[in-house]
Amino acid sequence: MSNPKYKWIGTRPDRPDGADKVTGRARFAADFNLAGQLIGKVLRSPHAHARIKSIDTSKALALPGVKAVVTSKDFPEQADLTVPAGEMQVNLRDVTRNIMAREKVLYEGHAVAAVAATTEAIAKQALSLIKVDYQILPHVIDVAEAMKPGAPVLHDHLMTEGAKPPATKPSNIAKRIEFAKGDTKAGFAKAEVIIERSFTTQAVHQGYIEPHAALASASEDGQVQIWSTTQGHFQVRGFCARLLNLETSQIRVTPSEIGGGFGGTTVVYLEPLAVRLSQKSGKPVKMTMSREDVFRASGPAPGGNVHVKIGAMKDGRIVAGECTVEMQAGAFPGSPVGPACMCSFACYDIDNVFIVGFDVVSNRPKVAAYRAPGAPISSFAVESTIDMLCQQLNMDPIDLRLKNAATKGTKTAYGVTFGVIGMVETLQAAKDSPHYKTPVKPGFARGVAAGFWFNVGADSSAAAHVGEDGTVTVISGNPDIGGSRASLALMAAEELGVDYDKIRPVIADTASIGFNFVTGGSRVTFATGLAVVNSVRDLIRDLKGRAAKTWGVDPEGVIWENGMAKPAGSNVGTFEPLTIAQLAATAGKTGGPINGHAQLNVTGAGPGFGVHVCDLAVDADTGIVTVGRYTAAQDVGTAIHPSYVEGQLQGGAVQGIGWALNEEYIYNAQGRLANPGFLDYRIPVASDLPMIETVLVEVPNPTHPYGVRGVGEVPIIPPLATVANAVARATGLRMLDLPLSPPKLSAALDAPRPLMAAE
Amino acid sequence: MAKIHVTTTINGAPTEFLCDPSQTLLDVLRDQLGLTGSKEGCGSGDCGACSVTVDGRLVCSCLVLAPETEGAKVETIEGMAKGDKLHPLQKKFVEMAALQCGICTPGFLIASRALLERNNNPTETEIRYWLAGNLCRCTGYDKIIHAVMQVAAEMRESAK
Repeated sequence: MSNPKYKWIGTRPDRPDGADKVTGRARFAADFNLAGQLIGKVLRSPHAHARIKSIDTSKALALPGVKAVVTSKDFPEQADLTVPAGEMQVNLRDVTRNIMAREKVLYEGHAVAAVAATTEAIAKQALSLIKVDYQILPHVIDVAEAMKPGAPVLHDHLMTEGAKPPATKPSNIAKRIEFAKGDTKAGFAKAEVIIERSFTTQAVHQGYIEPHAALASASEDGQVQIWSTTQGHFQVRGFCARLLNLETSQIRVTPSEIGGGFGGTTVVYLEPLAVRLSQKSGKPVKMTMSREDVFRASGPAPGGNVHVKIGAMKDGRIVAGECTVEMQAGAFPGSPVGPACMCSFACYDIDNVFIVGFDVVSNRPKVAAYRAPGAPISSFAVESTIDMLCQQLNMDPIDLRLKNAATKGTKTAYGVTFGVIGMVETLQAAKDSPHYKTPVKPGFARGVAAGFWFNVGADSSAAAHVGEDGTVTVISGNPDIGGSRASLALMAAEELGVDYDKIRPVIADTASIGFNFVTGGSRVTFATGLAVVNSVRDLIRDLKGRAAKTWGVDPEGVIWENGMAKPAGSNVGTFEPLTIAQLAATAGKTGGPINGHAQLNVTGAGPGFGVHVCDLAVDADTGIVTVGRYTAAQDVGTAIHPSYVEGQLQGGAVQGIGWALNEEYIYNAQGRLANPGFLDYRIPVASDLPMIETVLVEVPNPTHPYGVRGVGEVPIIPPLATVANAVARATGLRMLDLPLSPPKLSAALDAPRPLMAAE
Repeated sequence: MAKIHVTTTINGAPTEFLCDPSQTLLDVLRDQLGLTGSKEGCGSGDCGACSVTVDGRLVCSCLVLAPETEGAKVETIEGMAKGDKLHPLQKKFVEMAALQCGICTPGFLIASRALLERNNNPTETEIRYWLAGNLCRCTGYDKIIHAVMQVAAEMRESAK
């Protein structure tokens, strides 16, 4: 199914890093070692909330083999300054407190000290010798509890931003935001059907298989090198510079291959500690998190409480929507409540919308981005409510959505008016899919839901260098998390008119290419792709100049076609075309090395829409859900490498299925995480799933030369409601709280059901 | 504590190492022998990223004590390709995009080979249950299962 418009785009060649990744040769963060390195370990809080009265590190420091110990005293205080981190915003005053607790520990697992020693065993022993005197404080885990007057307050300085009326005393509500369009009061007055429900979801972890790891080497002259697993090595550099008072040019960060991330590795945890330990010890320091550390101390995605009210006419036309989202931020402000609000109703063209969001802190690890941050939570609530509307009006769930679908010109509640989008096309594609056309098997029921993500552009740099033999290296600065090297090389080959295997894509460290924003927000193939295309265009301009010089004609007299310079017309003269190899061979005489480069702030990310269909069966005795068939349809713009686009849809869908059915952070009465391992925090395994069918709908993004839209985020949004809607239809039971785990579902199935009679 | 001297065979090569009695095979492979293709995703036998075979038996190397490999034959991902020739599973995983980030890939390849050595005609369900001890967070398993089915079919074809 290659794209007829192009030679390379839409084909499925082997990825450039394929051989390395199937042989064990690819180097992930924990695979980096330096001679003489020390092993760093972190001491973590056993308490959910406590004041640190004192820390005595003297015994640890006296242990033979221990070379350095750091606490918050080793990190300078930071200003109250908010900076972007991935798709989220973080405050530097909070970041320095998150990497190393200062006045208080705010969650179980919060770092309080770190040591570097000659062996891991000595480092671990040293941790046990550090004496921390804690004054235990009352804690609060649940968001609704944290919002109540009288709840334990985490931060004495936290006054609710945007509160109406303005806040007069500190609370756990960091921020109130609001989006409005039209007049919901009038909308609901007109509505013939109104459905209103409250939903909850639990915190879930991104679950990347590679634990966080970093190796840092600080030299006596102040230079610092870092090797770490990250979605943004430029962000690692930026954070370390800020948190350690270093100049960015002194820090060189080399990203390892990255073992998953999904947004969770757009922030720093270990890197600043490893650098500080290396500065103090004079040796390289390597640090890795255990899986337990990853669960307890690295950012999960938040849980949230969502209240939804939808008003519609009897023909299925939605006339008003209201939504209130209360979202966990973790220990510090900065949940993705903004995107959750923005995405809640964005699939639909609704005249009257009112959305309120609250960013709420509690004694949990600080949340981090996770694939379309926030959107799955609000979408679960809205799409479940819409499904109830379909049931009540006895309408097909795709037809009702088609009746309300956003199109070009639809104004969203958050102010943006859509350009060319593919919501209608995606709904239609789902409706026309082999899956939807097949009747549901006996014993199974079918659920449908949609999802929206706005996608991200931002800063990217790229360069294209011609080698002496005419082959081309394309250099960019975004860690390849799921095949982006292949998609960048395909676009470069298409643009330059040469074969895919003549292009070698390389991901450079922070000192070897200009700034790049993180790998996140579904931006790399779109934004860094555009930087690559522009760098190749710059290279072509250079190549045409060299041909002009060779022929003694004006540069305007040269065109570039099929990887060769040719005279623009017979009036220019008669010359044999020149290949890149020929131009490279004579480069010394025509101006030296032949390179192109580009750097830009990319705007115009094309929004993406997805529609998922799920057939499942529920075992009434055990509450176990069996997913029998699953299809993900999505507007992907142009599929540059369709296999990796399908992979994004499949992987995102399965993460969403896990979120819907099993995954959750479970806390005990002491505020400690009860399931910090893959055995008890159960992500989907192969035997839980069927094949995930995909339908790639190509509505090109007009702002990108190849029509690229980001594709990675959208697929995690629809599954939560898709699964819950299917469960509702299978059991007659509308579950409002995720996950739909076997114990929860079987208990609900056994309970009396007064609600159902009213529906 | 006195180190234990272990004599073993790793990817066909006679190998000796000294280790602590409590050291895992994974730690020895990665930290002492430089075989970092086996990955530590959990250290508790839940993720399968450290899968190797010991005397043909598929194990999580994080759950095997290194001294247990005395006299045994250990196979890791580094021994899967022969010279410059990838194993059919390795080739197919790349061809069919059965990996995204690639951290779980060595474990899946070792586990898949162990399956196909026992059963060259597994059903989709058999493959899914055999690989249920290997976690992948990127792919949703779809393309991995397809790749293993495809290799099994090609193996049966060439065995005819």
